[in-house]
Order: sequence, then structure tokens, then C-alpha cells
Amino acid sequence: MAQYLLNLIQPDGDAPPPEVLEPIMRDLAAVNEEMRSAGVWVFGAGLHPASSATVLTPSGTDVLVTDGPFAEAKEHIGGFTLIDAPDLDAALEWGRKVARASTLPIEVRPVAGGAV
Amino acid sequence: MTPIEEVFREAYGRAVAVLTRLLGDIDAAEEAVQDAFLTAVQRWPVDGVPPSPAGWIVTTARNRAIDRMRRESTRTERYVRAATEAALLAGPDEPTEEEGTVRDDRLRMLFTCCHPALAPAARVALTLRLVGGLTTAEIAHAFLVPEPTMAQRLVRAKGKIRDARIPYRVPTGADLPDRLAGVLAVVYLVFTEGHTASAGDDLVRTDLCAEAIRLGRELVELMPDEPEALGLLALMLLTEARRPARVSPTGELVPLPEQDRTRWDAALVAEGQDLVRRCLRRGAPGPYQVQAAIQAVHSDAATSADTDWRQVVVLYDHLMALAPSPVVALNRAVAVAEVDGPAAGLAALAGVELPRSHLLPAVRADLLRRLGRTAEAVQACDAALALAGNAAERTFLRRRRDELAAPDRSEGA
Repeated sequence: MAQYLLNLIQPDGDAPPPEVLEPIMRDLAAVNEEMRSAGVWVFGAGLHPASSATVLTPSGTDVLVTDGPFAEAKEHIGGFTLIDAPDLDAALEWGRKVARASTLPIEVRPVAGGAV
Repeated sequence: MTPIEEVFREAYGRAVAVLTRLLGDIDAAEEAVQDAFLTAVQRWPVDGVPPSPAGWIVTTARNRAIDRMRRESTRTERYVRAATEAALLAGPDEPTEEEGTVRDDRLRMLFTCCHPALAPAARVALTLRLVGGLTTAEIAHAFLVPEPTMAQRLVRAKGKIRDARIPYRVPTGADLPDRLAGVLAVVYLVFTEGHTASAGDDLVRTDLCAEAIRLGRELVELMPDEPEALGLLALMLLTEARRPARVSPTGELVPLPEQDRTRWDAALVAEGQDLVRRCLRRGAPGPYQVQAAIQAVHSDAATSADTDWRQVVVLYDHLMALAPSPVVALNRAVAVAEVDGPAAGLAALAGVELPRSHLLPAVRADLLRRLGRTAEAVQACDAALALAGNAAERTFLRRRRDELAAPDRSEGA
């Protein structure tokens, strides 16, 4: 069994208002529950906004500390779920459910070296 | 191509498809098949070509794969090796795999190469390499890119298939229609790239057209119950039939109304029309079948004036309902102009947007010319010229433009 990381790609900026966000969170919780009962859910979390990120960059023997997300972009990873799936088609099927529930693009990345 | 090269190209797709299932890895399968080809090059001139060359290649490749695995495997890999070897040895001993099994493997490979998670350019390259059996150099040449670029594209795509575990499987149930449409799109993309090369000096790159038709025939053979596969093959054959009349001796594009129809390939027309009739009997129309039917109507007419344009408009209406697109709307407008005059055609163009393509201004230029609105026609011609990337198309547009700009000279000729 392989593992896949489903990254939610979130636009920077303020979160949508509660009347938009609440049904989304409800739908996402339902998909997470479906993943758990299907036994594919391994781990997952939502993240604080990318503006809260700090980057550490090795430089010689030092490690530099800088503010901000690493990649300059208008979207960043807003949350992730690690799942067990036999192949990409199965992972994409779960990814589709997350995309529909979250209304966000999902990046599906295979985990190297199989199960951790 | 020498006879042995031809056998290799034919056998490559079959052998790699079977070996990929047995070995679970495309690279290992290709390596084993290359090994078998090397053996064939040494043995066939001495022993003669075996009765079933493709079967011989599969069997030899399988044996080579076992040899290689025994040679290269380390202690930690022994368990995996033992399992794979068992699978390899469990295969039938006779020189040919079951024909049905080979068919299934070829379909698996086709759907894997055309998986939507791969970039479109990668799908095309993989399909030509792994299903069509073209060499990397041949594919690079056909798409006018340096061979290392094409090689890297293939390596990266195969890397994704392996790392992301794109399954080696024919999709079933609800997934099949979408995935099949993806496969047909890849084959048609190869054909259209060959038919109107988007870059370069030749209008038509015959090798790609021939390859697409070969793939189309194979699709029909593999999925005889899919009317859209039949439709796609019919569409390609009917289009290909016009190739001898489509480019003038000086390399200029000859538009459909001006083509010498006696130069159309009668055998291809007959085959294409027969396929369209087979589609009609199925009664499950789809976009490729309707496009093929439109081409069949054109093929029925001895001259452009004899064309049943009303039927063409009806079919375009049907196509707009099935698969609306700006290009379909544009072609529909051309047909409308033939039935109801250029003003009606121009009206049908309203709202059609096709940025970055020379087709819309080229059609507009022709309709304006027929309406006698010369200044606007010249303008539209210039707009088309600025966007056309193909030398033959540019020559054609330039001639049209010059005729418009100096009407007395061209009409006096």
C-alpha cells in the first residue's frame, strides 16, 4: 500500500465569512470521517496562514532565519491529509472528494518509499 | 524501414505491454525487449525469422528479464525477485501469449500512457513510444524537438507513472467514458499535428498522420464495441484521403472548395464512408462520429458546388449540441454561408472567439471578400497572417491578401 499527501492549496488573505466557511468545514469533516471509516486516513491537519511561516536556510555552518513562506506565491498549503491508497487512481478519488468539499485545488503527492 | 525494423516496431508495443504486466515496471520491460531485439538481430539472419516474430520477442524478453534479475538482484531483493520470477515462469510456455491477454495488456498500456495525471505532451510521446513502437529519435523528429528533450520528456513521464503509481489497468464503469475520450484525444492530437503541422515548412507531416491512423485502427481492433473509436478512425481516414489534393505542387494550401477531388484517395474515402455507415447503424452518436459524418458528406460530392450544405449545417448543429467549441461554431458559420449566403455566415460568426488562431480572421476575410467589403477583408487577412504559424498557410493567406489589394490584376489574369 502506498501513501499520498493531499495538500489543500489555499489563496492568501482573509478566510471567507462564516456563512461560507461553515458549510465547507462541515463537508470537509464529513469527508475526513469517510476516510477514517474506510481506514485510509493516516494523518491530517489545517495550518495557520502562510504569513505565520518562518523559513530556515542552511548557510555554511549557520542556519539563517527569515520571515515568510518559502515560495513566493499567491496560494499556499492551507492544510493536508495523509492517506493510504493502493494507486494514484484511488488517491485521486479521495482527492476529488476533498476538492469538492473544500472548494479548493488539491495537490496529490506520492510519498516516497511506501508506508512510513 | 527494413523488414526487421518493421517487425520490431510492430512487436515493440505488444512485447512491452506484456512484459510491463509481468515485471510491474515499464523501464524493466523496455530493457528486456531491447535485449530480445539484440538477440533477434544476431539470430534471425542465421536461423531465419521465426513464424511468430512478436511471440518470439515476448518469450525471449521474458527469459532475458529472468536472466537479468538473477544477475543483478542482491540478497535483500531475493524475496521480491522470487515472487516476480514465479509470475514470469507461470506464463505459458508456447511462443505466443494468449491473444486475449495481449489485447488486454495493450489496452492497459494505452490507458496508462493517456492517463489524465500526465501532461498532454507526455501522453502523446508515451503513446507513440510504448504503444506505437516509434523510437525516441523518430518522435523527436516528428515534433521538431531535439532528441534529448524528447528523451527527457519520456523519462520524466515514466518516472511519474512509477512514483505516483499510475495503475496499469483498463478503467471500468463510470470512469471508462472519460478515460476513453482521453485516449481518443491523444490519437487525434497526433493526427492533427501531422495534418496541419503547427510549425515548420511542410503543411503535412505524413509520418504522424500514418502513425495516428495505425493507432486508430488498433483502437478499433482493441475496442470493437466503442462507436467513438470507429468514428475517430473514419474521421482520420476521410481527412487523410484528401491529402494529395490539399497542397499544391508549390507547397501552397488548397482549400476544400478548390481541391481537385479526382486526386482524393478513393480507397480511403470508401473505407471511411463504410465506417461512418457502421457508426450510424449503432445509433450512439458522439463528437468524432458526427465530425466523420460531416467529412463523409463532403466526400460524397463530386464538386464543391454539389455539396449537400444543408446536411452539413444540420450535422454541425448536432455537433454544437454534443461538443460545443469555437472551432465548431466557426465551421458551422462556413456551412451556413454556403446555404444562406456570406452575410448569414458572418452573422453566425458573431460571438465566436478564437484568440491566437488565424482561423477566425481567415474565415472572416473570405466572407467579407464575398460581400465585396474589400478593405475589411484585407484587414482580416492581415490579422490572419500575423497569427498563422505554418509556411503553406501563410503563403495561401498572402496570395489571398494580394488578390484583394489589387483586384484588377488578379481578375484580369
